[in-house]
Amino acid sequence: MKTRLAILSLIIFLAVLPAFAGKYLLYVTIHILLLSIFSLGFNLLFGYTGLLSFGQAGFYAVGAYGCAKILLAYPSLLAGIIGGVALAGVASLVLGILCIRHTRIYFSMLTLSFGMMIFSLAWKWRDMTGGDDGLVGIPRAPLEIPGLLRLNMAPMENYYYVVLVFSLLAIYLFHRLVHSPLGLTLQGIRDSETRTACVGISVRNYRLVSFTIAGMYAGLAGALLPPLESTVTPPVAHWSFSAEPVLATLLGGIYTFSGPIVGAFLFYVLKDIIVRFTQYWLICLGAIVLVLVLGFRGGVVSIFQGKGGRG
Amino acid sequence: MEILAFQGLIGLSVAMYLWLLASGLTIVFGVLGVLNFAHGSLFMLGAYFAYTFYGLWGVNFWLAIPLSLLSVAVVGYVMERFFLRHIYKEDHAYQLLLTFGFILILDDAVKMVWGGVAKIPAMPGFFEGTVSVVGRPFPVYNLFIISAGLFVAVLVWLLFEKTWWGKMVRASASDREMAGAIGINIPTLFTGVFAFGAMLAALGGALGTPVRVVAPGIGAAMIIQAFIITVIGGLGNLKGAFVGALIVGTLSAYGILLFPVFELFLIFLIMTVVLMIKPQGLFGG
Repeated sequence: MKTRLAILSLIIFLAVLPAFAGKYLLYVTIHILLLSIFSLGFNLLFGYTGLLSFGQAGFYAVGAYGCAKILLAYPSLLAGIIGGVALAGVASLVLGILCIRHTRIYFSMLTLSFGMMIFSLAWKWRDMTGGDDGLVGIPRAPLEIPGLLRLNMAPMENYYYVVLVFSLLAIYLFHRLVHSPLGLTLQGIRDSETRTACVGISVRNYRLVSFTIAGMYAGLAGALLPPLESTVTPPVAHWSFSAEPVLATLLGGIYTFSGPIVGAFLFYVLKDIIVRFTQYWLICLGAIVLVLVLGFRGGVVSIFQGKGGRG
Repeated sequence: MEILAFQGLIGLSVAMYLWLLASGLTIVFGVLGVLNFAHGSLFMLGAYFAYTFYGLWGVNFWLAIPLSLLSVAVVGYVMERFFLRHIYKEDHAYQLLLTFGFILILDDAVKMVWGGVAKIPAMPGFFEGTVSVVGRPFPVYNLFIISAGLFVAVLVWLLFEKTWWGKMVRASASDREMAGAIGINIPTLFTGVFAFGAMLAALGGALGTPVRVVAPGIGAAMIIQAFIITVIGGLGNLKGAFVGALIVGTLSAYGILLFPVFELFLIFLIMTVVLMIKPQGLFGG
């Protein structure tokens, strides 16, 4: 009951935020929501399935570039977002077939390498992606369902609500997913691959499903980016960007549902505070990673839940 | 035809940097069981130390290289002794995350100390100039790199196959507990192996300083190539690292000639093919 009340008040808070928040705060909140979706998908692979991916930015980029291309050709927000997610789904399905042939370290290396393959495409395939200039002048197209509604997206508040609705939907679906038989199967695979295989479950297929869903979550976060920024550039595919959901999840807590979301919030708050003092904020982040890995494996959420997290 | 032979030689010199990088990564993994994500950053540190000793302070080239190796070995010592050592028993994911933390720290530390601008020190005098190879000018320095790489390959092989230290390392790689039981000091040995791997990476970085750019991003770029090499050759396998480096080096030399735009893509393609046919790598068990 207490948690429900907390969640409800958080949603209400987010819903009324545009009434008193300035543009910058809305902008940061949108980014926190995007990183939350991105990290949730990552944590489906890492926390729930036991696969540490360092290439999620690749699928984020597929979503972002896909959405941008669609918006440039056909200015409809829904078409762009759905198209971007679908493209990211296809990309993660295809690369997933290759990546899930391995687990543990090899998996991490493969995802990193394939993520960088997407980066090199974004960087070099000038005709399609605009090369290092990226794609520019992407319209924040109106949200349009022909014959039903047409919402102007030009004001930041309107777009904020679109992102909020998509995020809440994604979080709700994720909650359903991890508490469904599918989610439990994935956790079974994480805890013991052999046992799960022994009860007749195809470990590979489930890993592939998990990989594809994670890719689509990354794609959704990516697809929501170009209408906000009106540009997409190759760094969104770079592996240092793949590190953001990793760090957010680690900060918030790996084996908890809300960990990635709390982590995404903390990530931006920390960044905002640290960059006030020094431009070298990554060095602080690195030190935080060392402390978290060596000492606080469960992240922030587990501290509040009063348990140290799994060893 | 001549251009192919010439480009092959270029590829060979690229392969030698990659070999120095990948060998350290694979040795550390083979013995300690830890994949050092920050290995590329050690390569970068080697380059920066060499730049400082040789390019900034004017230390003799032949002294500057060993000095930079020693400096990076100290960094490796600190990493292993105070951090990695505590998580050998943990899941691989945490070891990766820990070394990942070091990438963030080392990359930013380099920016703090040396600034974000790329640096290219002058070539040592005795390496300037070119020799004629199949009628084309080939830099003398590249010949030096090729011979240095091959020399290190032989040296590493001798070290592991013929010396007492190498035997101890191989013993603890195959059975850590047993090796400990017969009196090998495993923690000290591990520190030594990690520092040794760090020095190999640093050597690659240091030797590259006169011809390659020294910039904060090079570590991250190199680690990807090292990963691809070890995926192709088989993780933990020295022979695999050598062959993998040769494949990736030559491919990028020819690739840049044939498909300048998709040179990088070609390497990923090879990796994919190897993965499909032999997921454990060409030399993996």
